[in-house]
Amino acid sequence: MPMRIRFWGTRGSIPVALTSYDIRDKLARALVEASGRSFASYEDAHAFASTELDFSVTHTFGGHTPCVELDLGGEEYFVCDMGSGARPFGVHVLARQARRPATVNVFMSHVHWDHIMGFPFFGPAYVPGTRIRIHSCHDVCEQAFRLQQAAPCFPVDFAQLAATIEFVKLEPDVAHDISGLTVTPHLQLHSGDSYGFRFQKDGKTVVYSTDSEHKLENRAEAESFAAFFRDADVVIFDAMYALADAISVKADWGHSSNIVGVELCQMARARHLVLFHHEPANDDATLEGLLKEARRFEELTRSGEPLRVSAAWDGLEIEP
Amino acid sequence: MGLAARTFANALVLGVHGRLDQDNCDAFRADLMTHVERSAHQGGVVILDLSGLEYVSSAGLRCFMLASRQAKAQHGRIFVAALQPMVTEIFEISHFNMVFQVFPTVREALAASSLEAAAAFDQA
Repeated sequence: MPMRIRFWGTRGSIPVALTSYDIRDKLARALVEASGRSFASYEDAHAFASTELDFSVTHTFGGHTPCVELDLGGEEYFVCDMGSGARPFGVHVLARQARRPATVNVFMSHVHWDHIMGFPFFGPAYVPGTRIRIHSCHDVCEQAFRLQQAAPCFPVDFAQLAATIEFVKLEPDVAHDISGLTVTPHLQLHSGDSYGFRFQKDGKTVVYSTDSEHKLENRAEAESFAAFFRDADVVIFDAMYALADAISVKADWGHSSNIVGVELCQMARARHLVLFHHEPANDDATLEGLLKEARRFEELTRSGEPLRVSAAWDGLEIEP
Repeated sequence: MGLAARTFANALVLGVHGRLDQDNCDAFRADLMTHVERSAHQGGVVILDLSGLEYVSSAGLRCFMLASRQAKAQHGRIFVAALQPMVTEIFEISHFNMVFQVFPTVREALAASSLEAAAAFDQA
């Protein structure tokens, strides 16, 4: 089975949810688009919605914080970060396992709250026999996981979890073999440090690079990331802001932009850029706008093979 | 990448040419900041004439941002003018059109600076 990437959480900083106002707005926009048309059946209306309406009218990018699964088709699970998307990911694991204990390999970019907050709600952690190996380059990883479940912040202490949980320290810029998956971490610029991961399996390469600011004046840094992204089939990239924000009012906030994502992927000759870690203040229409702008920038600056550009949303599945 | 400088009353017009990217932005930024510091110090306006600019990358845009910040710190202003279609689009895509005042022509940017600057341009 080919590798499959499943996005369980794609939002940055804090979870968000559609409001009643948002849903009414989507309905109203769909009705305007459908003015003068008639649909003989639900299927006709569904086909219209699926093919003729903008993504931001018929979908939502979603609101869970980072959690991205790499499904290798084997018995073990591989997942990046334990943001609030870890809760639905845990439901998926429990359903697929059908009472058989799971082995879950977690790769932590860093331990800021939005990247660990889903773990107390990760169902498999409460199932005896489950093995959870949490891989990280941070010395404070275990401390952070234990701290968020300590009283008075959470009713179930980390020590009460039924799963066998192991913390594994990884060395940056070293290729590690983890249950047949080659994983290379790389240091990124972010408060308290973050690490991207380059995953390789059966000739496919996926890079997970979130919570990473790129200082544009530093050519060596750009070249270092181009090497880290080199020839990747998919690059999941922190594109939290528009460029003007990222290098002005939000400079030094530890995040990047859609435009820099395109530039680095073009330098690296990567094939597919996936915009990720969406700003919680951005609604679906704004995020769709940022995606369209990134695609247009890619067209304007293309010099070789086209770079495919997507924006991640909760529920998206792609094959590298 | 050299900057061609012309002065019209309180406005300094800097012509930017070619491609501005990571390969040449360090030298460009140093040159630009020198002009901005001198002009803004005198309470003036800097107008970037981008009619000769073919392409600007994120690193180049950052030079404009730093110059704008420097000018504001000295109570000066920076306008951009006469963008080619591709650079116009890059300004829109990167949302720099929300950060900078963009004018279709250098003449219009000068008119927004001062009547004297526009008159000096007309007489030149």
